[in-house]
Amino acid sequence: MKTKSNLERVIESKIFAVTGELGPPQSADPEVIRRKAKILKGYVDACNVTDGQTAVVRMASWAACLIAKEEGLDPIVQMTCRDRNRIALQMDVLGIAALGINNMLCLTGDHQKFGNHPTAKGVYDLDSIQLVKMVKDMRDEKKFQCGEAMAVEPRLFIGAAENPFADPFEFRAPRLAKKVAAGADFIQTQIVYNVDKFAEWMKMVRDKGLHERVKILAGVAPIKSVGAARYMKTRVPGMDVPDGVVARLQGVPKEQVSKEGIKLCIDIINQVREIEGVAGIHLMAIEWEEAVPEMIEAAGLLPRPKFVA
Amino acid sequence: MLISKQKPLEEILSYLEGDKNIFLIGCKGCAEGWESGGEKQVAEMKSTLQEKGKTITGSVVVDMLCDSVLTKLKLRAYKKEIAAADSIMVLTDGAGVQTVAELVNKVVHPGCNTLSSGGAHAEWKEAERCLECGDCVLEFTGGLCPIARCSKHLLNGPCGGSQGGKCEVDPNIPCVWQQIVDRLAKLGQLDKLERLVTPKNWSVSLISGPPVKSLS
Repeated sequence: MKTKSNLERVIESKIFAVTGELGPPQSADPEVIRRKAKILKGYVDACNVTDGQTAVVRMASWAACLIAKEEGLDPIVQMTCRDRNRIALQMDVLGIAALGINNMLCLTGDHQKFGNHPTAKGVYDLDSIQLVKMVKDMRDEKKFQCGEAMAVEPRLFIGAAENPFADPFEFRAPRLAKKVAAGADFIQTQIVYNVDKFAEWMKMVRDKGLHERVKILAGVAPIKSVGAARYMKTRVPGMDVPDGVVARLQGVPKEQVSKEGIKLCIDIINQVREIEGVAGIHLMAIEWEEAVPEMIEAAGLLPRPKFVA
Repeated sequence: MLISKQKPLEEILSYLEGDKNIFLIGCKGCAEGWESGGEKQVAEMKSTLQEKGKTITGSVVVDMLCDSVLTKLKLRAYKKEIAAADSIMVLTDGAGVQTVAELVNKVVHPGCNTLSSGGAHAEWKEAERCLECGDCVLEFTGGLCPIARCSKHLLNGPCGGSQGGKCEVDPNIPCVWQQIVDRLAKLGQLDKLERLVTPKNWSVSLISGPPVKSLS
């Protein structure tokens, strides 16, 4: 084991992994995190804590991670290159490791234009691939990006994201190869609604043997309403929502749409599980954490394994 | 006025590894003024590269390399020499390198770093072509600049927001990483993108370097 991560233990035991997602509040209220963490506990092996998602100011990921850890989750700190240069990134890496956080997801970050401070100066000193490499070198070589040595290394299980639905499609698997070469231990994908396209991407991934070098968790998320499906289809960059998905939600009475959205998500979980090389799912029930327990149960993914740290 | 300075010879030679026949291009505008790629420097580079065992298939110094109409006309006279070359070495600023990349289906190497625009931009009216970062990366990106033209300045792009050839930040902006992938595919050089590009040296850029850059 490279780290004390629960997620790493689950994955190394060849158990189909489940990660969840927790968005910190736009306030200093710790109770929001405690409430969400209590719902997710026992249903996920680890839980992402977002870092200013969509460039909106929220409680820092590392701080919310600490609260989630107190509630018994194995948090995955998310860290973006949007707000920090290589100096700040490395300081935060040391800090989160010292505080006992075991996992880190390395991201470039949503552009500041999309958030509530669109006039901010973006940093982007590094990109996500360079960030993965830097954290890997800190952990495995005990070296800072500048090459200087450190005494105690940060033992972090390193994740990265990949979007199989972005363009150019034929370059997505080669780009994943770069993330693997840089040192990613696990990958969480963009939300899968187009299972056929995801399967096609996974084939390209397998052809390169990447599924044997990195653990791939397929991103999934329930849709609450027809409007939400339409919004994701047309307004969210990098999302691929096929017409059939919108039609399926439209095909049921209004009061049953959210139930259908959950069913649809469970169907997708069952489909991606059958694809060779998929090591788990990353379930993003953003502001709908209540739906997670029944979904994980209905997908037959209970009980979650318990490891003594 | 774009202020540029030749890259160290070692770096230039590393770009040309594996290429035997080189076509050389300089510029009589800014690069002549800053002695990075005028008549004299192109002649010097020609003999330096010949000493290093390269064959120079031809060379030309264009009046204003950043003017694509003018450059297109000028390069027409060198069709044969360009066709005979494995690649093209361009001794001027980032804007000039990108003009050549846009006009010629050959690998284009940047021979200079662009230090500053001195407050004015080159002849590209529609978009920024060079952010005077001082550490030119066009060698690795098919002659299209991700510093000036990617919203996140990605060196290992494209990000997950590239769709239908457009940037997620603004549908009117082309995704330069889509263009980079397309161009390198056309040149049969997609393997160039497999390399992990290391963190950039921003200390030589105007953004985070000293406010006044010296040529020394």
